[in-house]
Amino acid sequence: MSMTKPIATTRSATGIPTGKLAVWWVIGSEIVIFGGLLASYILHRIGHPEWAEYASHTNTWFGAANTFVLLTSSLFAVLAHHAAEHGDGKKAAKWLLGTCGGGLLFLCIKAVEWTGEIQHGYTITANGFWQFYYTAAGLHALHVIAGCIIMLIIANEARKNVELHRVELIGIYWHFVDIVWIFLFPLLYIAK
Amino acid sequence: MAEHQSHADDHGQAHYVKIWAVLLVLLILSVLGPIVAPHVAFGFLKAWMITLMTAFGIAVVKAYLVAANFMHLNVEKKYISYLLATMLTLMLLFFAGTAPDVMEHKGQNWENVAAKAEVDQALESQNEAKAHGGDHGEAHH
Amino acid sequence: MAEAGTAVKTPHAHDTHHEQSFVSKYIFSTDHKIIGMQYMFTGIVMALIGGYMSYAFRMQLAFPGQSVPGYGVVSQGEYNALVTNHGTIMIFWVAMPMLIAAFGNYLIPLMIGADDMVFPRINRLSYQIFLISALILIASFFVPGGGFGGAWTAYPPLSANAQYNLTPLGATFWLVAVALEFVAFLLGGINFITTLMNSRAPGMKMHDIPMVLWFIVIASVLFMASVGPLIAGAVMLFMDQVIGTGFFDPDRGGDPILWQHLFWFFGHPEVYVVLLPAMGIVAEIICTFSRKKLFNYKLILYTAFATGIISFFVWAHHQFVAGIDPRMANVFTITTLIISIPIAEMLFLYIATLYGGSIRLTTPMLWALSFIAEFLIGGITGIFLGASGSDIYFHDTYFVLAHFHYTFFPIAIIGFFAGITYWFPKIFGKMMNERLGKIHFWGTIISFNLIFIPLFILGAAGQHRRIYNFQNFPDLAGLQDLRVLATSALLVMLVFQAVFLFNFVTSLIKGKPAGKNPWKANTLEWTAESPPPHGNWPELPNCYRGPYEYSVPGRDEDYWPQDVPPDTAPAE
Repeated sequence: MSMTKPIATTRSATGIPTGKLAVWWVIGSEIVIFGGLLASYILHRIGHPEWAEYASHTNTWFGAANTFVLLTSSLFAVLAHHAAEHGDGKKAAKWLLGTCGGGLLFLCIKAVEWTGEIQHGYTITANGFWQFYYTAAGLHALHVIAGCIIMLIIANEARKNVELHRVELIGIYWHFVDIVWIFLFPLLYIAK
Repeated sequence: MAEHQSHADDHGQAHYVKIWAVLLVLLILSVLGPIVAPHVAFGFLKAWMITLMTAFGIAVVKAYLVAANFMHLNVEKKYISYLLATMLTLMLLFFAGTAPDVMEHKGQNWENVAAKAEVDQALESQNEAKAHGGDHGEAHH
Repeated sequence: MAEAGTAVKTPHAHDTHHEQSFVSKYIFSTDHKIIGMQYMFTGIVMALIGGYMSYAFRMQLAFPGQSVPGYGVVSQGEYNALVTNHGTIMIFWVAMPMLIAAFGNYLIPLMIGADDMVFPRINRLSYQIFLISALILIASFFVPGGGFGGAWTAYPPLSANAQYNLTPLGATFWLVAVALEFVAFLLGGINFITTLMNSRAPGMKMHDIPMVLWFIVIASVLFMASVGPLIAGAVMLFMDQVIGTGFFDPDRGGDPILWQHLFWFFGHPEVYVVLLPAMGIVAEIICTFSRKKLFNYKLILYTAFATGIISFFVWAHHQFVAGIDPRMANVFTITTLIISIPIAEMLFLYIATLYGGSIRLTTPMLWALSFIAEFLIGGITGIFLGASGSDIYFHDTYFVLAHFHYTFFPIAIIGFFAGITYWFPKIFGKMMNERLGKIHFWGTIISFNLIFIPLFILGAAGQHRRIYNFQNFPDLAGLQDLRVLATSALLVMLVFQAVFLFNFVTSLIKGKPAGKNPWKANTLEWTAESPPPHGNWPELPNCYRGPYEYSVPGRDEDYWPQDVPPDTAPAE
């Protein structure tokens, strides 16, 4: 099977390169997935005043720390894109590793946070608030993991200066994951 | 030439670092919001309103900064922004169509008895816990 | 865009020196044509399974309690599982793969003059995920407890609580299968959209694109924009089933109506997701076999866009009697009645296309014409259901069932047969037998109507859906003759499908060689060999005109292929 890339990919209705167009459509469909979940959460949160007390037990400092970690990892991702744009694959790979490291740190902080909360009895089946808390943050965490894996693959190619345009693409995905967290933070940690 | 290149690079990089710094400031503000809110509330502007405005208002600003500067939507073709705006609008539509049934627990000629019972019972047990647990209640948020 | 006139050579044409193994050529192919066929054959197998299920439960309805030949006695639980999985299979594993994935994959690169989709490996991955989802669904029938029986709409608490549905394993397998199918189509949809936007032949402007491709891509967009909330809902339902959360349990802070909204917010655009490709196929066929231009291409296209947008505003008409707020019911009645207008308009435009044309009643044309007639009945009966007042009576009766079969059957079955009889010569290089095709057509269409017209009558008489034995209802027991009539017609229809299968197989083996363009059509796929090789053409074509330049005055031929340069006379 010849794996030659298809060649008829050079025309463009919008002027947007094919890979980037595809990633933005992925982002579009992810918006409605997270949007559906978060809209459901907001509907219940407003309709159930007793959830305010449940929500008061989340730890804002953990949430803020994770927000800081993700914002910084987003900075690393865009710096990787900047390096790739200038043809410096090695630097781009280094920044991508930094981004991935941020993702792993995020997951570690979350693991510590959740362990504490579960030990206090705030499990996923405890009540309505907590089931949304773990589901929304959990779905987000799955996206962080998937993003890290893809990022490592792309970083490995980038450091050999291969497929540098993909650095931008994984960056776009990562920024989206960051933006979801930017909204999860006030929803789960501040609105009490 | 390399010096000029790295100079231009640094300029590009500096822009991103600046945005990051602004994002951190906004993060700090959003954490301070609920702490400060009770002290600046006056009249009809309640504490929780201020908290929500800072929390979500800042979230929207942060999201915009990331989208425009890190995702380069400020220089991207408009088509992408329209696509994203459409998806967000659909979410608002979903919310608007579902809220009268799920967010509200009563409406024209109907009442969600089960939900009302659950809410009442939960609030009651929370009030009881507050009344009895004043000695060892925690002050953390 | 590249200049017209610079022909692009494909490297694949020179790949003849290394032969591929059967496995890499047919099982792990990244060629869009093979992947399209993989989807089609999987869809046909699933259609046989879904058809077998309808056979079993209709036999139970006509002859309650008696052992069904080839199945056995249908118990109450099995009845529920049969109707649930029949519906689920027909929508997600028959209609969508055959209309969108099979024809979309096959036709998009060929009709725009490209050598393949832009992401061939993601294309292969999407089929693999789809196949796994089909296998998981089939596995659900064999787990302890059997297949899920909570209806294809899977409303909680029935779908969430094992103590109610009695099929905990089956319910979870069903849910995971559906979720994986969604992922497969999200991946496929991205391929379709980006390929259509970025891979067209030089000279092919937006309004030179064949209508079927526009419709398939609009359908993909509608799918991507609507399925998100249901994926969120599926995650929540999965948690309820497996972990014991209470997302849809009012005693635990949840709400079952939330599931309904999440489901139907997707469920309504979904019907347009399957409708549009079928209408696209019909558009291609009626132009070719009336030798006429599509009437007002731009209006049809904009109407399709408008229909897609309005389809997001009508979803709660499925929930009129579920306890939604009556004020919202008013809103949704108005929007639902409004959406009938653009669809009706598109059918009128099709009729205008046919008017004055030189009609050739080939088998594909018969299917296309029958689509218009049958879908019209389906659409009109929808109006009784879209008006909330009359829906209070009709909801959950067989009237609804007959309505959606008069829409879904034209979409999935007639649309498929229209497409396969039209493009079979291109895909397989042989002509299908016209006489067998016509016998199959009439046998299917006449029996189809005899199945579902009795069901309209039964529904108007108050017969409820999802009931296993109507002898238990004194007021309805007397109408048993109509049930027997419907079941008998179904048996006849199923027998006639053997004619199609026979025609399919014998045409493959000893059909007349088709040549490149047996129908003398204009679109680019007819300029490739039949079947097209890997890479589709030795040199990629350019495009000089629209796709429907038939019967252009002052020309010798009544067709004018898109790739023929303007100054020269067309090749024969």
